[in-house]
Amino acid sequence: MTDLIPVIVAKYNYWLYIVLMMIGLYAMIAKNNLIKKLVGMNIFQTSIILFYVSMGCKTGGATIPIIQHGLGVGHHAIDPAHYVNPLPHVLMLTAIVVSVSTFGVAVALAIKIYQRHKTLEEDEILAQSRER
Amino acid sequence: MNDHYPALLIISPLLFSYLTSAAAWIRKGLCYPLAVVGSGLSAWFSVWLFANVLQKGTIEYRLGGWEAPWGIGYRVDTLNGLVLTVVSVLAFINLVSTRRSVAAEFPEKEGAFYTLYLLFIVGLVGMTVTGDLFNLYVLLEVASLTSYALIALGGGRAPLASLNYLFMGTIGGCFYLLGVGYLYIMTGSLNMADVASLLPAIHTSSAVWVAFTFCMVGVGLKMAFFPLHVWLPNAYTYAPSAVSSLIAPLMTKVMVYVMIRLMISVFSLDFIFGYLKVADPMVWLSVLAIIMGALLALAQKNLKRMFCYIIVSEIGYMVGGAWLGNAAGMTGAILHILNDALMTITLFLAAGNIYYKINGLEFHQLRGLFHRMPLTMACFVTAALSIIGVPPTCGFFSKWYLITGALQAGQYGFLAALLFSSLVNVILFFRVIEISYYGDMQHAHGHGSPSEPRTEAPATMLTPLLIVSTGLVIIGMYTGTIVTTLIDPIIPAALAR
Repeated sequence: MTDLIPVIVAKYNYWLYIVLMMIGLYAMIAKNNLIKKLVGMNIFQTSIILFYVSMGCKTGGATIPIIQHGLGVGHHAIDPAHYVNPLPHVLMLTAIVVSVSTFGVAVALAIKIYQRHKTLEEDEILAQSRER
Repeated sequence: MNDHYPALLIISPLLFSYLTSAAAWIRKGLCYPLAVVGSGLSAWFSVWLFANVLQKGTIEYRLGGWEAPWGIGYRVDTLNGLVLTVVSVLAFINLVSTRRSVAAEFPEKEGAFYTLYLLFIVGLVGMTVTGDLFNLYVLLEVASLTSYALIALGGGRAPLASLNYLFMGTIGGCFYLLGVGYLYIMTGSLNMADVASLLPAIHTSSAVWVAFTFCMVGVGLKMAFFPLHVWLPNAYTYAPSAVSSLIAPLMTKVMVYVMIRLMISVFSLDFIFGYLKVADPMVWLSVLAIIMGALLALAQKNLKRMFCYIIVSEIGYMVGGAWLGNAAGMTGAILHILNDALMTITLFLAAGNIYYKINGLEFHQLRGLFHRMPLTMACFVTAALSIIGVPPTCGFFSKWYLITGALQAGQYGFLAALLFSSLVNVILFFRVIEISYYGDMQHAHGHGSPSEPRTEAPATMLTPLLIVSTGLVIIGMYTGTIVTTLIDPIIPAALAR
């Protein structure tokens, strides 16, 4: 157990995303209400976005990748260690769009289900379709 | 202009989907012609590309002119040229074929339907043509999101089935994205060819192993590989017939292609068969998929639902074939992508025609169909024979390669599962044929009425069905040529012959 703590502390960002992901997955599997499942799905997607964002991070004074002086006329050569990696963040802009549109489609479907079955509890909907 | 065909392949249906959606506000009648043009252009570009690839070899395309590891590269070789042609041509045929049933089932939503239809083609074609791992994720979600919406157009339990598919599909997509994240951490690249060149040095790293597992679980969820198949039967059964004959043959097949692409071009076969020892468990999982798919299909009393479980079992064929680890198995798997897409679209188009005429697909409603719809049923029987694996049809030949592969690899369980599922398919289809051929006799005997009049589906629905079912026999007869000219060059030399 004492060996585990330094491992967790050293890579706490990854552990955080695992915890969030498991919360989301649990809600998607165990919850009965469709909206709660949707919230679980959103947490699940957000955890992956956080995972990507955290892997672009660099310690030791790295900043945003904007070169303040002109190329080749500055005081020093451009060193990648001075700048964070912007690519994961850019990728995640797309992933956020995907997750928002997934959520939109899912909410639209939930509205349609509510109009048809007058409930959003999954067991009640299944009971209704069994009666028919 | 010709240089830009790989991009136009995707841009043309994308542009036309916006036009269709705008046209829906002006005049409903414009939507269908616009969709036909968009889908037809994409089909033409993919056929042209495929022909060119066969003559001149692999085509590389850089989006926006950025060099490969930094920009997004599109890459067409024989493997995805084949899948591209299958996807875009079948989507076009289905679009032409299902116009009447769309107008009958949801006339007020035609604009939305054709817009989503084109976007779905964008997703599938993009997934096939891309050479970039993250681009693949985005296009995968484009295809999935549109398929959720298309499925929800159906009546009854369709929205619930679609929402369940959405939950499962999102988990699948996210797992794939996680896998790509691990690969990015390890290699710092997202280009498939670049990742493949960087990976061999770090094969022993456990992060690569984790990346591989996440990617495979994600792709497996999207293609409904056996333990992860639960979303498929409901989603495809409750979908409108025009939608199920589009999504059922194409979506799962493209996902199998993505799996094979990841195996061959990203992780490399050395890593998969040499370092990871998971080939045996994967083959046994597909054995389970084949057997359970066949058994569950036996329990169904609805034609479309039965087809859905047959798809689950066919996915087992392809995954198993790819994981056998020899050239014959891989050939069988790739050939089966082509054959199974054709067989499934024939089955679902036939089911669509039947539904259009008798408004139901329960077995007891099918009585006397051979007398009422002889041509549709003739096509149905051709597809049935192909799924069972009777020689002149193409289903026999891919099964033959899979069985050869199983024997070479010593996977006798896989061999037994293939034979078992063929036998179950015989029972499944002959039960349907019996009901629809002889069912009428008992019926007529009871009432003493003359046989019912012929009410064949309209010609616009019948002609595409006849074309695809003739395709089954033609591809069967030319299997030798297809395998030597198209599939043999793709099979990596690392695989045992």
